[in-house]
Amino acid sequence: MILLDRVTKVYNRSNTALDRISLHVEPKEFVIIIGTSGAGKSTLLKLLTREEKPTSGKIVVGGLDYDKLKDRDIPLLRRKIGVVFQDFKLLQNKTVFENVAFALEIVGYGAREINHTVPRVLDIVGLKGKEKRMPLELSGGERQRVAIARAIVRQPKILIADEPTGNLDPKHAWDVIKVLEKINRYGTTVLLTTHNQEIVNKLKRRVVTIKDGRVVSDRANAEYNRAAINHQ
Amino acid sequence: MNHWLITQLRIIKTGMQNFVRNATLAIAAMAVMLITLTIILFSIVANATFTNTIQQITDKIDVSVYLKDSITEEQRQKMISDLKGIENVREVGYVSKDDALGIYKQANKDNLDLLLAISQTDNPLPASLKIKPRDPNKIDAIKAYVEKPEIKALQSDETSYSGDRKEAIDKISRATTFLRQAGIAGIVVFTVVSILIIFNTIRMAIFNRRDELQIMRLLGASTWFIRGPFVVETVLYGIFSAIISVVICNSLFVVSASAFEASSLGVLDIKYASDYFAERFWLILTLQLAIGILIGAASSTIATRRYLKFKTTK
Repeated sequence: MILLDRVTKVYNRSNTALDRISLHVEPKEFVIIIGTSGAGKSTLLKLLTREEKPTSGKIVVGGLDYDKLKDRDIPLLRRKIGVVFQDFKLLQNKTVFENVAFALEIVGYGAREINHTVPRVLDIVGLKGKEKRMPLELSGGERQRVAIARAIVRQPKILIADEPTGNLDPKHAWDVIKVLEKINRYGTTVLLTTHNQEIVNKLKRRVVTIKDGRVVSDRANAEYNRAAINHQ
Repeated sequence: MNHWLITQLRIIKTGMQNFVRNATLAIAAMAVMLITLTIILFSIVANATFTNTIQQITDKIDVSVYLKDSITEEQRQKMISDLKGIENVREVGYVSKDDALGIYKQANKDNLDLLLAISQTDNPLPASLKIKPRDPNKIDAIKAYVEKPEIKALQSDETSYSGDRKEAIDKISRATTFLRQAGIAGIVVFTVVSILIIFNTIRMAIFNRRDELQIMRLLGASTWFIRGPFVVETVLYGIFSAIISVVICNSLFVVSASAFEASSLGVLDIKYASDYFAERFWLILTLQLAIGILIGAASSTIATRRYLKFKTTK
């Protein structure tokens, strides 16, 4: 589903964000990527959503070879990947419903489909009855669940969550993680970055540790990344 | 409805909403575009009017060759065909003695004494050839021909060249050329200014909504889905400005036509201008709409380009 082969990202001569990272994620897998701030987690995710281009290396997501990707294909790529951001990135002047509907409007869904789909997704993330609230009237955890609803409403095969719990207290953080697990059970590949050790321990999933732009451990499925570990 | 159509409708709807919401910016942008379009419109009409005035005066220019009464039919025919062979000659008309008398009587119909005097003698007026040149500034070839001694011998009077009129035409021509150039300069300057202002209006609108645009990008909105509403908004500026400029022009002509009783103000023939405008109303409206839409679409496309670029640095 996701394949990174010796991917390097250099921002400038003194700042190598990723150093020959190799990673293979199977469909329907739930992978946690951990590492301290600046280890390269966010860069890795930005490469997957094509907010950044790798300096070298190969990236293939859902059969799409990023080397062959043209600028005009980027919107199509991003429609296949759901993304949840640490800072939610909700539209403040739109209601919960409208925020989720927005993701569908962009790709040309009609009003009837939107009215049918959005409430179901809000139900999945546990926000039934809050459709008309504005983002600022919600708690952080609720906002993040709106963002998750928006990310999954188009039923992407892959969900990328970049520190979704970073701004949340433990209780709300766990609510968000439970929603991600639920989505994973429905068959979506989930890539979660966090530096919350408690979540990592509780989840008991494959954990990829990144340090200084390299994969230093891949606990559940070490065989995929032998090459990367051999670099250590 | 398919997704493509829904998307296009959504883009148009969003553009219209933005147009209404950014009312103050929209008015500023439209005011400048209105001035631009009005200048273009006036330049077109004024140009046509001056060209028409010059054409009319030029038409009156001719070279009159007065013939002796003794000239034979054959000699006259030869002269006419010779003159027609000269490149700059557009037309050679023959005015017989009787015609000349008729014209004279018509011109002096209120002067009874003169009419009486002329009727008591034989027709004293000579027959003449009226030569209309294509270009009144280049009558040298014609002049050379009529000044030839053998041709000169057939003439009763000195050739008349309408010299005084030519000077007036030159003046008008120069004025027209100047006005035309000033018009073009005005069009260029105001088009650039209005593009810049619309450009900045859109940039400001983009700046106000940059978070929203970034989110749209991250959610996979196509370039057209983001850019479209801005283009729709500025195209609306163009449409409204074009309609208003045509309305302004139309009312000016209506007012001036009644104020001056459709008379002619020197070289500015208001009646002609007004007719020119009225006859081509739909063409002019279409042209104005096209220019307005073009200016609007071009400036918003340029303004959004930088913001919609994908990062391509490695």
